[in-house]
Order: sequence, then C-alpha cells, then structure tokens
Amino acid sequence: MKSKKLGKLYKDKEIIIKQGEKGSCLYVIQEGMVDVIHETPERETKVAELSESDFFGEMGLFEDDVRSCTVRAAGEVRILTIDKRNFFKSIKRDSSLAYRLLEKMSNRLREANEKINKT
Amino acid sequence: MELTDGSRIAVIGGGPAGSFFSYYALEYARRFGLDLELDIFEAKDFTKIGSSGCNHCGGIVSESLVQELAADGLVIPSEIIQRGINTYTMHTEQGKRSIHAPTDEHRIAAVFRGSGPRGCLDKSLKGFDNYLLGLCQEKGAKLIPEKVTLLERTENGVMVGCSKSDMRKYDLVIGAVGLNINALELFKGICPSYSLPEVTRAYISEFIMKPGDIVRSLGSSMHVFLLDLPQITFGALIPKYNYITLVLLGKDIDKDIVQNFINSHQVRSCFPEDFPVKRALPCQCYPYINIKQGNNAYADRVVLIGDSASSKLYKNGIGAAFITAKAAASPAVFEGISKRHFEKYYKPICRDLDSDNWVGKWIFRVTRIIQKSAVLKRGLLYQVGKEQAKEHSTLRMSSALWDTFTGSAGYRNIFRRFLHPGLLFGLIRSTLTSNLSINNRHTHEKQEARQTL
Repeated sequence: MKSKKLGKLYKDKEIIIKQGEKGSCLYVIQEGMVDVIHETPERETKVAELSESDFFGEMGLFEDDVRSCTVRAAGEVRILTIDKRNFFKSIKRDSSLAYRLLEKMSNRLREANEKINKT
Repeated sequence: MELTDGSRIAVIGGGPAGSFFSYYALEYARRFGLDLELDIFEAKDFTKIGSSGCNHCGGIVSESLVQELAADGLVIPSEIIQRGINTYTMHTEQGKRSIHAPTDEHRIAAVFRGSGPRGCLDKSLKGFDNYLLGLCQEKGAKLIPEKVTLLERTENGVMVGCSKSDMRKYDLVIGAVGLNINALELFKGICPSYSLPEVTRAYISEFIMKPGDIVRSLGSSMHVFLLDLPQITFGALIPKYNYITLVLLGKDIDKDIVQNFINSHQVRSCFPEDFPVKRALPCQCYPYINIKQGNNAYADRVVLIGDSASSKLYKNGIGAAFITAKAAASPAVFEGISKRHFEKYYKPICRDLDSDNWVGKWIFRVTRIIQKSAVLKRGLLYQVGKEQAKEHSTLRMSSALWDTFTGSAGYRNIFRRFLHPGLLFGLIRSTLTSNLSINNRHTHEKQEARQTL
C-alpha cells in the first residue's frame, strides 16, 4: 500500500537532515518516528523524539544558518517537505498558518528551559 | 455585530468548504477563548457508495494544499489517500513527456470524495469529505443530517428551517452549498445583492482496474492530455488505488465529446490493450463547475464560501474551498459578522482569486492555441524532454507546466514565469529544432523511398 502515501520514505537510521549542513525546508512527519540528535566530537545526544504530524527544520525557515541538529529515521518514516518560498507565500495570504509553528516553537523553548533548570 | 460566548453558527453544506470553515472557526475560537456552538447541515451521507455519497469531483488534493494542511498539523491519513502522485505525464499527438515533482516526493493526494464509485464492492473505502467532517466533529461541531429548506432573517439572527425538524435561530449562517441552484436561491433571499456564479458542465467517470494494471499503465503519474479535440480544455486520467478517474473540463461536455476523447489513440494507449474502455464506466457524472465567481457573497450574518462564491478556474477546487473558508472564518471569529467586516476582510481574498482566474483564462486561451498547433506541441515536448533529461537544469518550462497542471501556484505567478525571456527563448529554439529535425527526417525518408523505387 506504499502507493497510498505521501512524502518520501526514509529507511531506519537514514539521515534526513545533517547537523552543520545548510537547509531551508520545513519537514512534517507523515508516518513513523524520528530522533533529533545533537552531535559533538565526543558524543551524540538524543534531544527529542518526534512522531506523526510533528515538524522539524523550522529554524531553517527563519535563519540563513546551518542545521543545529541531525534528524535520523527511527524505523521507516515518511516525510513531507514544505518549501520555504511556498510556506511564506501561504503565510502572506493567511497569517494564522504561522500560529502552529509559533506554538510548537514556544513548547520547545519551554522544554529546553526545563532541561537547563534540571541540570 | 460579533460572535460572543454561546453564539451559534449554522454551516449549510458539509463538503470541504463547509468542513474547512467549521474546523478553523472552532480552532480560532479555541485560541481566542471563545465558546461557540456550530451545526453543520449536510443531507448527504458520505459513507454511502456511489452518487448519493459523493460531491462529484476528480478528487485531487493539490501539492500546495497538502503542504498547508501538513503545516497546520493535518496529515491526511493513508486510508483516505487512494494514491500519492509524484509525476505528471503530458500527452500530445506528437508524443508524451513526464514531468517530475520538484523533489522526489509524493506530494499530491488522489482521493475519493465519497466512499467509492457506483458499483464499488469494497466497503472499506473512506472518502475525503467524510474525513474532514470527522475532524470538525472532533472539534465539537454537530452534524445535522437534514436538508435546509428555509432561511429567514429575524431582527438579530437568521432562522434555519429543515425538512424534518423545527426552525433554529443562528447568529451566523455560512453558505457552503457548492453550485446547488436551489440552495443558492435560498441564500439569495437573505443576501439580496448576491449574484450566482456562472457554471458549465464537466465530466467525471471511474474505471475499475486491478491495482497492478494501474501501476503498469499509469504508475503514480497523473496523465494530462493536450489533444486537438473540440470543446476540451483539459483532460486527465488520475490513477487511484484500484480505479482510474477520467476528468474532462471544457465547455458543455457531452457524451459525444467524451467518446471522442476516450477513442483517441493517446487515451487508449494509457489502458491495457484488452481493457474494455468503452464499456467500463459504472460511475459517471456531468457536474457543474464554477467558471465565473458569484459577486457580493456576503451580508450581515451571512457569508457564502467555496464554489458558491469563488473558486479556482478548472483547478484545485478543494484548495479554493480551503482559502475561502479560512478567509471567512478568520474575520467571523476575530473581527465581526457584519457585512462591513466581510467586505473588509473576506472580499479581498475572493477578489484575489477572481483576478487570478482572469489571468488563468488567458493561460487556457494560449493552451488552446498550443493544443491546435502540432508545431508548438513538438517544441513544448522537446523543451520539457531536454529539461527533464539534463541534471541541474533550470526546469523553467517543466515547473511552470507542473504548477499549471497541479494548480499549486496562482495563475498570475505561472503567467509571469511563462513570460520569462529564458523560457520563451528556449521554447522558440526547441520549436525550431524539433520541427526542423522532423522536416529533415521526412525529407530523408522521402529521398530513401525514392532511391528504393
């Protein structure tokens, strides 16, 4: 039933975005799960697990900088890419589209603060 | 005049426009901390197989809509998707070319609006309209499975009357009745300055086929036809899981035009050789499509959305329903529900769609010229073929055609890209090259034939 799905299929452990590489797309998980990993020369730290309808890569929409983390498939996963230009054109017509992005980014900021406080 | 806690909204019509309005009105109200009551009146049962459960549409959810829904957290479930489309194949009498999605992804969803075509034995099929209605119900909308027979203004609301139950009073009434003339006339009664949209007939039919045969003959590609046939502006075959949907758009499509199209070699060659194309049409319809917008589709406490107001010419009707529904939901929740509010916040979105359609009409006029010209079609095929074969090509023509076929970009945007000097120069060069090489080949063949004699 692969024909009945949207997006691109990534196999288990396949890298979807690589820390340090440039990128400007937003990714939405259609099916499956991914691990968000922060890499240092010494070790890899899993900072989050994302699942269906979650998105990642949002920093690439706003900053002309490199990816801050690596995102790797945790099992088979289907990902839909949202182009930066299309996304901003849609937001220009309908600003409410940005709401979910802001809501999620706010959640992630809160979670990061909590982690810092714990350490 | 605005919605407050406990305000009541009636959405007449539970197709995509009505559902998108309901979903976003309730979502905006949640964000705003507003408690609304919302009833959706839909007499059709979308879980029924065949015409009685279907809103008669080719069933394409465009690339741009798939992306916007995903960004809003709405991932269309795979049981709703009949096939993910990743290429378009353009057929002409001179040959065919495939145009691939900008990235290697299935970004377009082929769906059924109802729960499958007439004669369908698979009772597990799930339709797009029912999926959207389910989302609204999860958000708190109440579905009233009745036909609205009366709309009447009162001093501070609108009364909605149904065939089977008592009249109910609402603060806001949404018209999402598509192109149903009787329902539109009801709205004209409470929205006197509204003028109905202009329509023409399209054609849609479904061919049942084994999934393996569909993969072999069409793949995951939507097949579009630029054939020199009268009255057909656009013809397409959409592969679904075990059905192929045929869509014909143009002017007053009738049986003869359909047969003419189906009998063409290019269409026939998309089906397996032994497939009985002419006899395999258990489900077909000639639905109306919007070719000119309705005007002044709003009044105090009333707004019409989707096809009843403005649509996108020939393409992405579900996308236009999404745009108009959100454009009406936003002022209704955040600003107010008077005529003045809709005029200020809703009308510009409809006007934008309308002016885009005006440019779209010119694009389709040019397409008609290309359809009639073998010389231009050879050039077009040559240019697309060259772009698709070359790595790191600018893909100017391919991407402009992709957006024309998929309805992903606005017509103004597409038109600007068609006027790019690089694209025009490339087309002229491809037209000259392809036609000169044909002439040379013909001359060469004639010479060879003479020598053989």
